[in-house]
Amino acid sequence: MRWWWAGVVALAVVPFALPSQALVNLALLTAVSAALGQAWNLAGGFGGLTSFGHAVFFGIGAYAGAVLQTRWGWSPWLGLPAAAALGALAGYGIGAAAFRAGLRGSYFALVTLAFAEAARVLANSLDLTGGGLGILIPLRPGLANFQFTDRRASYALALLLLAGTTAAAAWLRRSRFGAQLAAVREGEDAARALGIDPVRVKARVLAGSGALTALGGTLYAQTYLYVDPSIAFGAERSVEMLLVAMVGGAGTVLGPLLGAVVLHAVADGSRALIDVPGFAPMLYGVLLLCVVAVLPGGLARLVRA
Amino acid sequence: MAALVGGLLTGGVYALVALGLTLIYGVLHIVNFAHGSLLMVAMFAAWLLWRAGIDPYLALPLVAAGGFGAGWALYRFVIGRVSRGEDGAILLATLGVAVVLDNGALVLFGGDIRTVETLYGFTMIEAGPLLIALPKLVAFGVSLALAGALWAFMALTGTGRAIRAVAREPEGARLMGIRPDRIFALAYGIGTACLGAAGCLLLPSFYVSPQVGHVFVLVAFTTVVLGGMGSFPGAVLGGLLIGVTESLGGLLLGESLGPICISLLFIAVLLLRPAGLFGARA
Repeated sequence: MRWWWAGVVALAVVPFALPSQALVNLALLTAVSAALGQAWNLAGGFGGLTSFGHAVFFGIGAYAGAVLQTRWGWSPWLGLPAAAALGALAGYGIGAAAFRAGLRGSYFALVTLAFAEAARVLANSLDLTGGGLGILIPLRPGLANFQFTDRRASYALALLLLAGTTAAAAWLRRSRFGAQLAAVREGEDAARALGIDPVRVKARVLAGSGALTALGGTLYAQTYLYVDPSIAFGAERSVEMLLVAMVGGAGTVLGPLLGAVVLHAVADGSRALIDVPGFAPMLYGVLLLCVVAVLPGGLARLVRA
Repeated sequence: MAALVGGLLTGGVYALVALGLTLIYGVLHIVNFAHGSLLMVAMFAAWLLWRAGIDPYLALPLVAAGGFGAGWALYRFVIGRVSRGEDGAILLATLGVAVVLDNGALVLFGGDIRTVETLYGFTMIEAGPLLIALPKLVAFGVSLALAGALWAFMALTGTGRAIRAVAREPEGARLMGIRPDRIFALAYGIGTACLGAAGCLLLPSFYVSPQVGHVFVLVAFTTVVLGGMGSFPGAVLGGLLIGVTESLGGLLLGESLGPICISLLFIAVLLLRPAGLFGARA
């Protein structure tokens, strides 16, 4: 297992030495996917809270940073804590409401989907978010503006977020809170008998996952300098986070990293073969079906065996 | 008033879509995430037949029969196999199918929005002070007729009784010589056949694109949850109610903010009364 981690770190460092911005770009996309998948994994994997609407947190983060700097002239760096706070608040709110109502499994998945869709419609019609046109963040490269002409700087930040989410996952595996979460996932009644409040534990983990996902959203908006309602809150975004975690192995620390690497390898490989929009995502779907069918623990299961 | 009637008519088709979903839920106890995508496939099938010179209304029996076959096979060879009857796995399996269908359609047809042109597409009927679009009226009437036929099938035939028995008590049904796995595939097939019919009815007054399923997936789930998961009359009444809500929401809040009513209604029902208006408390 330790060798795998050494491999992951080595692989993550390689892009810094690459001359090609295209490859760095691929590494950046992979790292962002992995970080978002890992953030999903905190709630979806370790907590067993299969969310179909994590885009709601991603979009909140993306819009928080963009709105604060374009409307009120905040420094984009201040957008990060604001995004994390809003993401945590949304996660706790959605979690507390849904879990108090006793929603679980498919019902929880559906209600998160509905929250993301409501957020998409709101972003599409409010003046604050620029409506359907979205928000274009003006190009002003420089460290103070959180904009970099060299993609490697953005990649470094994405790696930092990935390290943070992965540390959170590792902490969940070892900590007391993580043990409580696992107890709730495996049996709520038994957990309650041990004095654990399942609603609270689940709402908290969703808050943490929401905060980290929102940070990913801000980072994304700051890298590509554009947000619109379907980039931020579209169902594809939610599905991608879920896929990365599920294909790699939900509820494992290494899983989302493997998942992101495999999905982006598949995407780039298939684009080289057949360059038609929709082809790569279609393969994602096939991959998900295969993993669910023959490898329920995800690719991480292969590593451990 | 016009919005009310328009919403009610649209609601008829929603009811038919939701009926398929509620049947699948009631019998298999799974949330069929691929429902919107299967409707999209049905609409493309109807569109292809129209290009080949067959009117969408005439194509209805054909597409519905095709839908039955496709749904049956899909459950039998993909969803049933992949999930091995596990709850979480079924949810992911139907999601996987939805992703494959949506993007497969994108590969085959591209992202363009397509419509059909028929002689009756813009025909209006005067009913007192109201002008009613003929395709919407036909869709409403046929949807309710099909809903009635499906209800009769479930209530009166032996197969219908077997389906209801499996829905209630799969183990007991098995002891009576009914094979639950066959009934599951049958129910999934019938549910998809409803979508085949709905696709043909929608096409003359709507459009089709690979993303069109997303428009309907939340609507269908809202309808079913509102009416009570697994309840037939609930699905029909829920469909009509959603149609009216959507149309009034669009009227009061405007074109872009209107659709939020559906999501908010869905969230409210799930949080406050998950059993729906007509379902028994779980």
